[in-house]
Amino acid sequence: MLDATDRALVNLLQDGIAVCERPFADAGAEIGLDEEEVIARVRAMLDCGVLTRFGPMFDAERLGGAFTLCAMRVPRERFEEITHIVNAFDEVAHNYEREYELNMWFVIGAESHEHVTETIDAIELATGLDVVNLPKLEEFYVGLKLEV
Amino acid sequence: MNHPNQVLIGAVQEGLPLTPRPYLEIGQRIGMSEAETIRLIDDHLRDGVIKRIGVIVRHHELGFCENAMVVWDVPDARVDQVGEWLGDQPGVTLCYRRPRRPPHWPYNLFCMIHGRSRDAVSHRIHALKQAPALAGIPHAVLFSRRRFKQRGARYAFDDAEGGNSDA
Repeated sequence: MLDATDRALVNLLQDGIAVCERPFADAGAEIGLDEEEVIARVRAMLDCGVLTRFGPMFDAERLGGAFTLCAMRVPRERFEEITHIVNAFDEVAHNYEREYELNMWFVIGAESHEHVTETIDAIELATGLDVVNLPKLEEFYVGLKLEV
Repeated sequence: MNHPNQVLIGAVQEGLPLTPRPYLEIGQRIGMSEAETIRLIDDHLRDGVIKRIGVIVRHHELGFCENAMVVWDVPDARVDQVGEWLGDQPGVTLCYRRPRRPPHWPYNLFCMIHGRSRDAVSHRIHALKQAPALAGIPHAVLFSRRRFKQRGARYAFDDAEGGNSDA
């Protein structure tokens, strides 16, 4: 379990820390921890799986990747079958069932927009269902991610 | 993107080393000075290739097991202003503008809300609906039922498109 200090540290790290020679020392100074303890706590939280990564968060699109959010209206009786077909595509990630008429929601990620479009076409062909393509037009800054 | 940048991005893809001077160590791996490494990363923070130096939190491990996608049909003239505001609200983990797809999909503003329980998420949503920025705005709440696929990202982006990394 995380203690109050861990939580303060996670909240700080979610917002992002400065790039400097001693980033852990600087981050620790904001919440009254020394450098060594910051490193030890981050390592412990990575080891136990609360954190999956510490470091630069890239904007994948600016690195040349292309992504979109897709939704499908899947008949209840075909849900398992369609899930199987859709998830078999390497380009598909984060597939969720949601409570709505459009009930299957997944992300397509590929190295180009052309490849994203081709994947959507291939999914429509393989399932016989329409894919609603909802690409990101603008991302709004999200402050603190979650108050843990 | 030029060669030193690609080498640097490759070197930090797996995260920063947990040592007092991580940029010194990264620089040593790729034949750059600490100062040069810091400068390049700082450049990328400015140009947006790197969004921030931070962490990816596994929501589920922290007990944030419920998530809802909440979508709004905001007049185009107001959507930027409302989006900026919404991104800043507690519990909101993502906030994007996306296209409407009439007639089946009238919503242009998406956000993800995480919470420890469905009640907690519903409570957050209720508070948002009462706020002046969103009062009277048509919306829908899409709770997740099941997650079928979770794939490691090729790049370390915190969340590609709103599927959300863990819930």
